[in-house]
Amino acid sequence: MSEKTILLDHGSGGLASQKLISDLFLKHLDNPILRSLEDSAILENQPGRLAFTTDSYVVDPIFFPGGDIGKLAVHGTINDLAMRGAKPLCLSLGLILEEGFSLNDLELIIVSISKACNEADVPVVTGDTKVVPRGKGDKIFINTSGIGFVATDISISSQHAKEGDKVILSGTMGDHGITIMTRQAGISVQGNLQSDTMPLHRLVEKLLKELPRDVHTLRDPTRGGVASTLNEIAENSGLCIELSDEALPVRPEVAAACELLGLEPLYLANEGKCLAIVSPEKAEQALEIMHGTPEGADAVIIGTLTATGSSRVIINTPVGGTRVVSPLHGEPLPRIC
Amino acid sequence: MKYLDEYRDSSLARPLVEALKTSVTKPLRIMEVCGSHTMAIFRNGIRSILPRGMELISGPGCPVCVTSSAHMDAFISMADEPGVRLAIFGDLFRVPGSNGSLAEASSRGAKVNIVYSPMDGLEIARKNPDEHVVFLGVGFETTTPTIAATILAAKNQQITNFTVFSTQKTMLPPMRALLDDPNLKIDGLICPGHVSSIIGSSVWEPLADEYGLACVVGGFETADLLKSLILLARQVGEGRPRVENVYPRAVSPEGNLRARQMVEEIFEPADMEWRGLGILPGSGLKIRDKYCEFDAESRFDIRLQAVEEPKGCKCGEILKGICSPRECPLFDSRCTPANPIGPCMVSSEGTCAAYYKYGRE
Repeated sequence: MSEKTILLDHGSGGLASQKLISDLFLKHLDNPILRSLEDSAILENQPGRLAFTTDSYVVDPIFFPGGDIGKLAVHGTINDLAMRGAKPLCLSLGLILEEGFSLNDLELIIVSISKACNEADVPVVTGDTKVVPRGKGDKIFINTSGIGFVATDISISSQHAKEGDKVILSGTMGDHGITIMTRQAGISVQGNLQSDTMPLHRLVEKLLKELPRDVHTLRDPTRGGVASTLNEIAENSGLCIELSDEALPVRPEVAAACELLGLEPLYLANEGKCLAIVSPEKAEQALEIMHGTPEGADAVIIGTLTATGSSRVIINTPVGGTRVVSPLHGEPLPRIC
Repeated sequence: MKYLDEYRDSSLARPLVEALKTSVTKPLRIMEVCGSHTMAIFRNGIRSILPRGMELISGPGCPVCVTSSAHMDAFISMADEPGVRLAIFGDLFRVPGSNGSLAEASSRGAKVNIVYSPMDGLEIARKNPDEHVVFLGVGFETTTPTIAATILAAKNQQITNFTVFSTQKTMLPPMRALLDDPNLKIDGLICPGHVSSIIGSSVWEPLADEYGLACVVGGFETADLLKSLILLARQVGEGRPRVENVYPRAVSPEGNLRARQMVEEIFEPADMEWRGLGILPGSGLKIRDKYCEFDAESRFDIRLQAVEEPKGCKCGEILKGICSPRECPLFDSRCTPANPIGPCMVSSEGTCAAYYKYGRE
């Protein structure tokens, strides 16, 4: 392509749009369903129940250590399906581009989407592109929807969490959130801060294959972090969640950056972690299964569901005290001193 | 993390909890001055293990909470000025003035950048020569040296589109004002660690001598806080109030002399309005005439307007340690972190925010 930036013409539906589709999108995302370029994708009938989800991605910066907005969109939607026990089947890709956006950067993002889709074995089967005038958008926004299928014997919901169940976190907290925030702040921290973005459907598949009845709830703690997600589970289950402060896994470099900015890892977004609520009898087995996967190598049991008190989350602290963990209110903002 | 993890270790903390129990021999009320201490005490669950007879009261040490509504209104009207861009610390973004917040001004199109250092504000000014960037200096002695350094850098780099709106405050005058109030009865003080790292631990000695107040300069980790409480209880028990320092890894008796010299070069004491405490003589820092080109107040001829505080809001009494957040009729009803009425709820260091986040039943 000779053009270097996105023009309003690229969203016109005319020749420039067609060229963008054939020279960029089909070049990297090609598959028989997408290639047909029909108004909608026809999917062959699958066994089980349908799961359907959608999410929009407006992250800034669009490229960050460990990923980019495209990879995030693919993983985020796959994970939303996986958290209901669904096997992801396919994705849609809606792009809103700002006039003047670099075509090179767009290609980098599409290549990243292609790589993420191939690695996860979940194709993009339909898409759309719009271009908005310069100043009316912010480089690129992505919407992805996803369809998956849930086997008939699987029923995952935060309402299914039971008293005595264990809370397993599949890895360290806050890696994605702090990477983005330190980038936004222009702060460089010693160590290797990078986003944890990754698809979790294979980990979930293994877990549910071995323990279809004992995994009661799955949630990915994205925006609002582990604190907000656990509060939702407590609210939906009507139970109290008791966490052990010392069990909460945080990488040293993430903890250091949080100290610097006055943030708590519990409230930071994660893009490649899940919380699994598992029956107490099978919690250790679930942990072993997770440890046997690259996605869950650092998984730990962080707490227990109890019927004591109201629907809330508390932490048992190293001094033998307790404190309440509230859900996030507003965006996390850095402190003044 | 060296210097942090070793102070959080439960094997270290548990014996200190036991020692605290035996140290408390009579009822005592301790004030933690600093908002970061308030948060750390809640976060570590220390309130829940306090021995019988020991009570903790939160003091006025959150810079956002003590920023007057009149100043907030002036900030917001500056944000609405064409060609002006504000650079602020994040805590300030959602603080309500008498008519909205900077977050609302931002949604109307005002240019407000959240920065992590005053130097970031200077960098924004350098990159945007067509705009005037005002950094809102809202803080105590901890942040003043970096603001002074930024003004010096602006002068050296001859950047003419950058000013500072200083509402910088110092901690000793409000502490004296509080201790002179007969309604506040406290036996001891956890002196602010960050502030003391600049001004030194010895500045608290007059409070111990004149008011018979037990004083301990404390850090922010579990062991620091427990050690501070143990020493305070022992001082009160022995009837021998003095200043002790359990944060020597950051605080020396004389403080950071270089930082203090830089502050002295740029700033001079001024009367300052504190939310809840009124105007306290000599409690603020204004930019000296020599550097008036970097003083937003003189450059824009800002006049503060008298403002009524929100009805029912008890932030004033809470800042003085006379009233607990749970005694405020607005707490957890009309006033929440999502919709704060008073500044103690909006700041991440605020007493009400701490009680809401960690201390609700």
